[in-house]
Amino acid sequence: MILGPIRVWQRNLKVWTKHYQASLIGNLGQPILFLIAMGVGLKKEVPQINGLTYLQFIAPGLVASAIMYGAALETTYNSYTRLTIQRSYEAVLMTPISATELAFGEILWGATKGLLAGIIMLIALPLFGVIPSFWTILLIPVLFFEGIFFAALGLIMTAIASNYDFFNYFTSLVITPLFLFSGIFFPISAMSKFVRPILYCLPLTHVVLAARELCYGRLSSMIFVYILVTITLAIFTSILAANMLKKRLIK
Amino acid sequence: MQDQKGHFSVNKSKNSYQSSLNSKILIVKNLTKRFGKRIAVNSISFSILKGQCLAILGPNGAGKTTTIHMLVGVVEKSSGTIEIFNLFVPEHLKQIKKRVGVVPQVDNLDPDLTVIENLLIYASYFNINKRTALKRADELLHFFALSKRKNEVISNLSGGQRRRIILARALINKPELLILDEPTIGLDPQARLLIWERLERLKAKGTTMLLTSHYMEEVSRLSDNLIILNKGKIIVEGNAQRLIDTLIGPEVFELELSPNIKIEMLLDRFSQCDIAVDRSPQRLYIYPKDRQRAVVVEKIIKEFPNWIRRPSNLEDVFLRLTGRKLRDQ
Repeated sequence: MILGPIRVWQRNLKVWTKHYQASLIGNLGQPILFLIAMGVGLKKEVPQINGLTYLQFIAPGLVASAIMYGAALETTYNSYTRLTIQRSYEAVLMTPISATELAFGEILWGATKGLLAGIIMLIALPLFGVIPSFWTILLIPVLFFEGIFFAALGLIMTAIASNYDFFNYFTSLVITPLFLFSGIFFPISAMSKFVRPILYCLPLTHVVLAARELCYGRLSSMIFVYILVTITLAIFTSILAANMLKKRLIK
Repeated sequence: MQDQKGHFSVNKSKNSYQSSLNSKILIVKNLTKRFGKRIAVNSISFSILKGQCLAILGPNGAGKTTTIHMLVGVVEKSSGTIEIFNLFVPEHLKQIKKRVGVVPQVDNLDPDLTVIENLLIYASYFNINKRTALKRADELLHFFALSKRKNEVISNLSGGQRRRIILARALINKPELLILDEPTIGLDPQARLLIWERLERLKAKGTTMLLTSHYMEEVSRLSDNLIILNKGKIIVEGNAQRLIDTLIGPEVFELELSPNIKIEMLLDRFSQCDIAVDRSPQRLYIYPKDRQRAVVVEKIIKEFPNWIRRPSNLEDVFLRLTGRKLRDQ
């Protein structure tokens, strides 16, 4: 059961190594540009938030956003290409690998791509004067589960998509709002008590808050909640995604 | 041995019966597929003996590919049973698929990868270790005259080369049953002949095959038995040559129709002599069952300017049974 997803993952890795440069730049471009534009651009104008400069404040959240983009875009546009144009899924299903294993392989691969972008971002942070704490090591598994969640979410979109344009809904109505409202750019605690619960319902919020706490080693008891929510979302969304993809593939 | 109704077979003790039963690689019984209200495959039954090739023929939309897809589990059957290697689909699909090779109708090679990478990745889906896979891939590339293309990227290859790689890929796990869904569709005659020749060699080595095709020559060359599907049902089954002999006869006459030919009178004359006739808008096809009737037909047809006399073939059987009109008319 575990071997099947790994084979699918290996296949995707092999194809990715053929054009990894373009792929990486695509995944890293946006968060790094935001970090420069907002963090450096607003450095002098925005006062410190909870003892962090604005650049320090947004950096961990942008790492989380890099994973979201990396994972979700992989399992939408790229998975959809494998499903339709390249018909790779049909080839896989002629072998002992089942539709469920295929789905988990795709999710695992999406999470890997997201995580890769996130880790590169983390490594690049010192260049911007942001020095992550020792606790950041613990952030990596959290980011991996975040990747699983967004890869699974993307795969659900692929399972119901009828063309590429469909993903515009997903990016404009789901991904972009999450990027803007999950507390990457402003402290959620400063929002009114009516807005706060809504923002806490967003899946990315928990990762952003966990990332900020772990990145600067300022842990609160809430960290367990953030991590638990992220892992739970990852597991349930993956199971749903696998079932939905199976429904699309097996008639 | 107990059959479906619970009766014990009288042949129970006979060895020949036992052995022929055991050597059935595939047994399909009353297989049916409904998509909503439409019945794509309607209670079909067939089997394949070890080492034999069964061809499924039928017009587009007859249910050929749906049948194959049910065998490999990408379409769920609505009812009926599928048994491959004495194991049931879908319960033992994983075990069954380890021993089956599939050549799909569509080209689904990985276009960004090289020939050898495609084969090795496919082998990994079967958990074949890399050394064995590499050895096997080399043998297969040699077999399909592709050794020189080993490190070429798929998107640089011709249709015929890609088709041969798909065949090589389907053989990477040394399948005991090879399922070929229109293996030479869209190829030029040279490419097609090369593939036929290789498939014949595989068959000679004892590979059991299930083939769907539109090319009657392909079916004649490769198959031991065939079934013709039409609108989801088996309308005829048997050996190609025997079907030609019983349904058509040795020869076919074709008469080009023109407005001044009185067709009804002509049809009357043939039916009086018990001679089968098919009619398309521009042509009359006449099937004399034997020499005597052929003489009669020739006598009648000589009165007209444009006609031919030719040996019968499988295409006549196919068109006779599924109609000479275009499907969607």
